[in-house]
Amino acid sequence: MIKLEKLSKIFETPNGGTVMAADKVSLEVPEGEICVLLGPSGCGKTTTLKMINGLIPKTSGKIHVAGRDTDTIDPVELRRSIGYVIQQIGLFPNMTIEDNICIVPDLLGWERSKARKRAAELLDLVNLDPSIFLKRFPKELSGGQQQRVGVIRALAADPPVLLMDEPFGAIDPINRAVIQDEFLKMQKELRKTIAFVSHDIDEAIKMADKIAIFKDGKLEQFSSPDDLLARPASDFIASFLGSDRTLKRLSLLKVSDVMLSGRVRVSAEEDVGKARDMMKEAGHKNIVMVGPRGRARGYLHLNDVVEATGTVEEHYQALPTTVNVDADLRTAVSQMFRHDTTWMACVDDDGFFKGFITQRAISHQLGATYRDTLAEDLT
Amino acid sequence: METLVFISQNLDLIFERTVQHMSIVFVAIGLAIVTGVPIGILITLNQKAADIVLYIAAIIITIPSIALFGLMIPVLSLIGQGVGYLPAVIAVLLYSQLPIIRNTYTAITNVDPALREAARGLGMTPIQRLRRVEIPLAIPVVMAGVRIAVVMNIGITAIATYIGAGGLGAFISRGISQSDPRQLITGALMVSLLAIASDYFLLWLQKRLTPASSSATAGGH
Repeated sequence: MIKLEKLSKIFETPNGGTVMAADKVSLEVPEGEICVLLGPSGCGKTTTLKMINGLIPKTSGKIHVAGRDTDTIDPVELRRSIGYVIQQIGLFPNMTIEDNICIVPDLLGWERSKARKRAAELLDLVNLDPSIFLKRFPKELSGGQQQRVGVIRALAADPPVLLMDEPFGAIDPINRAVIQDEFLKMQKELRKTIAFVSHDIDEAIKMADKIAIFKDGKLEQFSSPDDLLARPASDFIASFLGSDRTLKRLSLLKVSDVMLSGRVRVSAEEDVGKARDMMKEAGHKNIVMVGPRGRARGYLHLNDVVEATGTVEEHYQALPTTVNVDADLRTAVSQMFRHDTTWMACVDDDGFFKGFITQRAISHQLGATYRDTLAEDLT
Repeated sequence: METLVFISQNLDLIFERTVQHMSIVFVAIGLAIVTGVPIGILITLNQKAADIVLYIAAIIITIPSIALFGLMIPVLSLIGQGVGYLPAVIAVLLYSQLPIIRNTYTAITNVDPALREAARGLGMTPIQRLRRVEIPLAIPVVMAGVRIAVVMNIGITAIATYIGAGGLGAFISRGISQSDPRQLITGALMVSLLAIASDYFLLWLQKRLTPASSSATAGGH
């Protein structure tokens, strides 16, 4: 949907020198995906983004947007067909929120009533009440509200492609997380093709389907967030991602990715001896006790019931904590540390027992990639 | 007391001269807006042109008004208009250029670069950017320039009486030549009142032309 081929930009400096702001950048963003352009300041990510809609003229190379070579499109027409969001938001203070949202539809000559109706729908989409906000001026909104309007203004004419230049950079961390989540939820339905500039590695991991890391105008690595964190292509990238990059991968993985099956379980009225045999057979030190319909109720620890007799109900202990199967591993690990436990029972939204995760399984999952790499190196 | 009696006995004359005075100022300022605002906008396209134009306008404003009137007499005599209404209007027009051009130029160049980038990125042409964003945002500052020009030139027009342009300055010049404080005070009072009244009127107009909430401070950022 967005395709860059050997895209270069050479700036001339005032003292007659030249700077290679973008150096033969080639990448492709498939339809419906978010590609985050990431890197330190001055790495060429913003230059690359602004060449896509012609705000910065390219020196050489090719850009294709929605299958069309941008050289063949009038720049003004091109920009109207691409949504654009900037960090400074850029709402026009002399226009109402409604008129701000309707800018591109108005430029495209939409019928006035159709454009206004669209503005109200879009405000609804980001949870701003149209009856309150349509007629307000930008200064009457908080920073977070303004940036929501900045985003829906870019969506007003329903462009298939969106360019976002550090769109959430000026918002406080709490609001930023909320807006990021809202945006991802919207994106799930809208399926826009998005190029997104960021200098924040955590934001990139959260938002991206693909991450493009830039350094000195060159595209250093272009891969999925997990792949990037697991296999940084150079020392520069490794240090940019941080020494805790393996921990960052935790937020990309779900509990269900490393969960061990919950088939081994006992119910309250069963004999404790049977539970002991099941543990021994499975090689587990613990077994979860479930209620009549399969909800996780408690557990038995092997060492506690070596000599025990009677039913499971007479010996079980309460589970210190459980974790939802859809939670990310970062949450899960945090929870394990908080409760000083090496394993947790996993439940679904209704509390039904699905399986369990162990610290060992998590470190095994994270370490698998590194072991593979090591094996490749040795052969 | 004598002055008040003089005023009450000469209301017709005062009214006539006030109208004369205002017609010089407002016709000239009107022309100055029509010329100065486009010039102010045009020079935003070229830094060098801007420097030259603002420099010339600054020089003009430093010429004493009485000297400017004197300089225009031989030139305008060629078309038989050496004295009277025309040179007065031209002088006011010239003096108004600096505040109007400079304020227009400053207002347009000071439009937040982020707004300019947003306008460009959303697909506005340069003309649409000017019309929808830059000019509306510049209006308060341009109007401030117009107010300065009006107040300043109401004073300068009082001197135009010496080249036979009439106006409230006639009271002052007669008052001086006839040693008549009544006329002198009447003229000075009326010029001041006119300046203050015009300033307030233009301030009101400026507020009307500025979108209600774009100057409000409500809401955080």
